[in-house]
Amino acid sequence: MSKEHWAEEGGGPRARAFRASALNRVLGHYGLSVHAWAAGAYVLRDRKGGTAVVSDLGALWVEAERLSGAPLDPLDPALVAALER
Amino acid sequence: MKTPVILVTGFLGSGKTTLLSRLLELPELGETAVIVNELGEVGIDHHLLRRVDERTVLLSSGCVCCALRGDLSDELRDLLDRRDAGEIPRFRRVVIETTGVALPAPIVQTLLADPLLPHHYSLDAVVVTVDGVHGLRGPEALQQVAAADTLVITKSDIAEREELDALEAELARLNPAARTVRASFGDIEAELLLSGSHRDVREVPLGPNGHVHGPQAVVLTLDRAIDWTAFGIWLTMLLHARGGEILRIKGLLDVGGEGPLLVNCVQHAVYPPVHLDAWPDEDRRSRLVVIGHDVDRDALERSLLAFDGVAV
Repeated sequence: MSKEHWAEEGGGPRARAFRASALNRVLGHYGLSVHAWAAGAYVLRDRKGGTAVVSDLGALWVEAERLSGAPLDPLDPALVAALER
Repeated sequence: MKTPVILVTGFLGSGKTTLLSRLLELPELGETAVIVNELGEVGIDHHLLRRVDERTVLLSSGCVCCALRGDLSDELRDLLDRRDAGEIPRFRRVVIETTGVALPAPIVQTLLADPLLPHHYSLDAVVVTVDGVHGLRGPEALQQVAAADTLVITKSDIAEREELDALEAELARLNPAARTVRASFGDIEAELLLSGSHRDVREVPLGPNGHVHGPQAVVLTLDRAIDWTAFGIWLTMLLHARGGEILRIKGLLDVGGEGPLLVNCVQHAVYPPVHLDAWPDEDRRSRLVVIGHDVDRDALERSLLAFDGVAV
């Protein structure tokens, strides 16, 4: 019996596409991009062609950090400033 | 209908078993299954409960927050199976009493993230006993207090009044979202344990601005609705990056609907968000209580609002 991630409950394909679009604003700061894939998964890419498939939003940040090679922190002032622009 | 689970924790000797044994004598707490976790090879606490029946389970030889997490899942499943098969008397709720050194977050995570348990059980309340004489002791105490929905200051009959007042003020500083009651010999109303109701976070004083050092709660108040997708991205990233520092987030969030969303997490463990039908009153501002080490209220608020801006 699988359990949907709390942040993604009840969302259909449009919600997932919208989430991927919002995520790309954040991940773009680290040279990464993401798109919604099958069965609730996401595909992460870096600029060197590296990819990773993650099962849900909870698992995304670990792989994004591995691909970017840097800590991902929402309180990072540079990220916050980039999002505010 | 899901079976409510109440988690009772608190430091060694702080009165968990006394509280439970008293409460289990009350008629309101009939039909309760109890899981007692003890560290020793030979359990004692479950005998002190004076209610050893088929619905009382002892998990010994390890701590339920680490070595015995699988055992806890297994026991909760087993209780359901045995109840459905008619092998044990009916029960309408489960109380889990942890060891004194248990960290609540892994237990909450087990209850919320297990593939099966959330379909059958709902974690209704975390009750934490705090020794009224000795106060907060041990590295686990802060995490236990932060996870609490109800804080029970025990031994209030023998502690000095000034000490109790100081302890209550300290608890209010560390976890202003919890309800705090004083008890002697476990004498509190069953309703306080059973209701699972929480203090309205909007009653919480706003507390300090800016960056606070050491363990502390800060309160974010937001005047505009926050996009739920943006909030999910922000919170998952925040818990990934700062899950060790942030012990608890609890609040009511305006996501643009008729009623607010109740958000509640204990470190990495996030309760299923609950959509409430309506706001309790005219005040519709979001309010989030964040408990952690060295938290910076202004940085959190600015970050959340910046993330909200990406959901367009």
